[in-house]
Amino acid sequence: MQAQTLYEKLWSSHVVHVEDDGTALIYIDRHLVHEVTSPQAFEGLKLAGRKPWRVDSIVATADHNTPTDHWEKGILDPVSRQQVETLDSNIREVGALAYFPFKNERQGIVHVIGPENGATLPGMTVVCGDSHTSTHGAFACLAHGIGTSEVEHVMATQCLLQKKSRTMLIQVDGELGAGVTAKDIVLAIIGRIGTAGGTGYAIEFAGSAIRSLSMEGRMTICNMAIEAGARAGLVAVDDKTVDYLKGRPFSPTGEAWERAVDYWRTLHSDEGAQFDAVVELDAAKILPQVTWGTSPEMVAAIDGIVPDPALESDPVKREGMERALQYMGLKARTPIAEIPVDKVFIGSCTNSRIEDLRAAAEVAKGRRKADNVKLVLVVPGSGLVKRQAEAEGLDKVFLAAGFEWREPGCSMCLAMNADRLEPGERCASTSNRNFEGRQGAGGRTHLVSPAMAAAAAVTGHFADVRTLA
Amino acid sequence: MKPFQKLDGLVAPMDRANVDTDAIIPKQFLKSIKRSGFGPNLFDEWRYMDVGQPGQDNSGRPLNPEFVLNQPRYKGAEILLTRDNFGCGSSREHAPWALEDFGFRVLIGPSFADIFFNNCFKNGLLPIKLAADEVDALFAQCHGSEGYRLAVDLQARTITRPDGKVLAFDVDPFRRECLLNGWDDIGLTLRHADKIRDFEAKRRIAQPWLFA
Repeated sequence: MQAQTLYEKLWSSHVVHVEDDGTALIYIDRHLVHEVTSPQAFEGLKLAGRKPWRVDSIVATADHNTPTDHWEKGILDPVSRQQVETLDSNIREVGALAYFPFKNERQGIVHVIGPENGATLPGMTVVCGDSHTSTHGAFACLAHGIGTSEVEHVMATQCLLQKKSRTMLIQVDGELGAGVTAKDIVLAIIGRIGTAGGTGYAIEFAGSAIRSLSMEGRMTICNMAIEAGARAGLVAVDDKTVDYLKGRPFSPTGEAWERAVDYWRTLHSDEGAQFDAVVELDAAKILPQVTWGTSPEMVAAIDGIVPDPALESDPVKREGMERALQYMGLKARTPIAEIPVDKVFIGSCTNSRIEDLRAAAEVAKGRRKADNVKLVLVVPGSGLVKRQAEAEGLDKVFLAAGFEWREPGCSMCLAMNADRLEPGERCASTSNRNFEGRQGAGGRTHLVSPAMAAAAAVTGHFADVRTLA
Repeated sequence: MKPFQKLDGLVAPMDRANVDTDAIIPKQFLKSIKRSGFGPNLFDEWRYMDVGQPGQDNSGRPLNPEFVLNQPRYKGAEILLTRDNFGCGSSREHAPWALEDFGFRVLIGPSFADIFFNNCFKNGLLPIKLAADEVDALFAQCHGSEGYRLAVDLQARTITRPDGKVLAFDVDPFRRECLLNGWDDIGLTLRHADKIRDFEAKRRIAQPWLFA
């Protein structure tokens, strides 16, 4: 048989029907649902008198609108509250394999709770009305974000209409330097290929540097595949994948576990499989990264400077850079390490897992938030992550450093709840998007790793975490 | 879904790359549980001088005179010219809902983000990819002539410029059929319900742990 890529294996094992032009119906195993992109889908289903095809494929949670403090007061914003209550009542009516509502001890960001509950398993197709569904590809799932019409389509038919993607291999070999993390790898990748570099592709991340990452690190990488334009990111199954999933609530057990693992071990690209594009990076050359602009591709290493638009020959790009510098309140050629920050956000579906919090705590330990930093928010990705962090004493480290330790949710990644930047405020953020207004109208976002965010918090400006030891 | 066949419409230029869905419709408006009414908040942060809130009366808000869609010459535009990677970022379908509600039916650019591109077709909005030099020429003509219009024919897959030049474009045949007829995807898919059930039954035997 011809050597296949991991993507081709996942694709061909889910095709139900193919139209003449190649548009395929692919079967969906797991449907993750949150409150923002589902109400119109539930309503559409109801108006058409349709029932969900397979309720036990649905795992739901409320994460975008939920507050991260004073849970005893409930959700104060009535519009946010209505959206969360609409999900409550939709799930009550329709059902689900699992629902982790606001205040539930296992509630959290949808892309954190899927894997930690074993609701994301290798070989699955996973969809969610959320672009960061690419996260789940770290488990060799074909996982991608969909729109609300497609949410309704999957609910009604258990299938999605899709065209097969092209395949891209991003090979990262070599050893990562101390203080350099998965976040730095993926920012470096986006800096290299651009935010549209992966458009139309499913990206498989491979190489010794990817293999060396924990599952948390691999999730960080796949999470931001969409920031490179790719709807899906993938990492092959290995021992780490299997070890991570063993004993999770929805992971198979007994004989089914053995059978599952045997199958999962086949989920890798075959020797000699052909990709439509290949990109190679040397891990040893990647330094801690900081974005300077309003697109994730506008990124520099910590020892770098804000680039000068005058040196850009493409007029559309040059105008984009000029506009970004104006919005960000930055001058060309400013050293990255001289940029001060007002707030720090450690959280989001990119970087709110236990390993991320450990990395931030390691930097924060024995240090204090700098005086010019108004707020350092630490928002765990889920109730389970929060409890684990507290069991390890990480909350004490953060509180002693003057950071705030909050309840789980999406929080200031997109500022749909009360956590947000004020106009002009500058933030070191472990999230995934530095778009204009993303963290609050007029807010200025710089994307960094958790360790780099903590380093900015304690020094008051971007700082090379490697020199803080 | 509203069908789309032909349109002769006024063109507005959105002359910047990487326009993301946060810019198209900011997050505070995603709290709505409805599909309609997003038009007044399309490009809210660029369009108004203040910060908009959901449920607000937008008629008295201060407009940003610099913003392209606030210029009188583009009032009533139904075709938006875009640059690379338009619609990048979040999967929010509120972005095409807002564009459609505002009055756009066609987007023309060199490239679109995948999820956004897909979402457009579900909402009677036609995104057209053209070569970069063809898009450059349309921007130049649009900037240079007030009341600039284009004629878009989905059946023929052509765009006709005022100077008579005809540009051909590609569109997936399946998507084109759906859009021409205003077909509902779900209804089409359910014609294959037996195939889905068969597939599912086999899967249940091969990988029972997926159906726990």
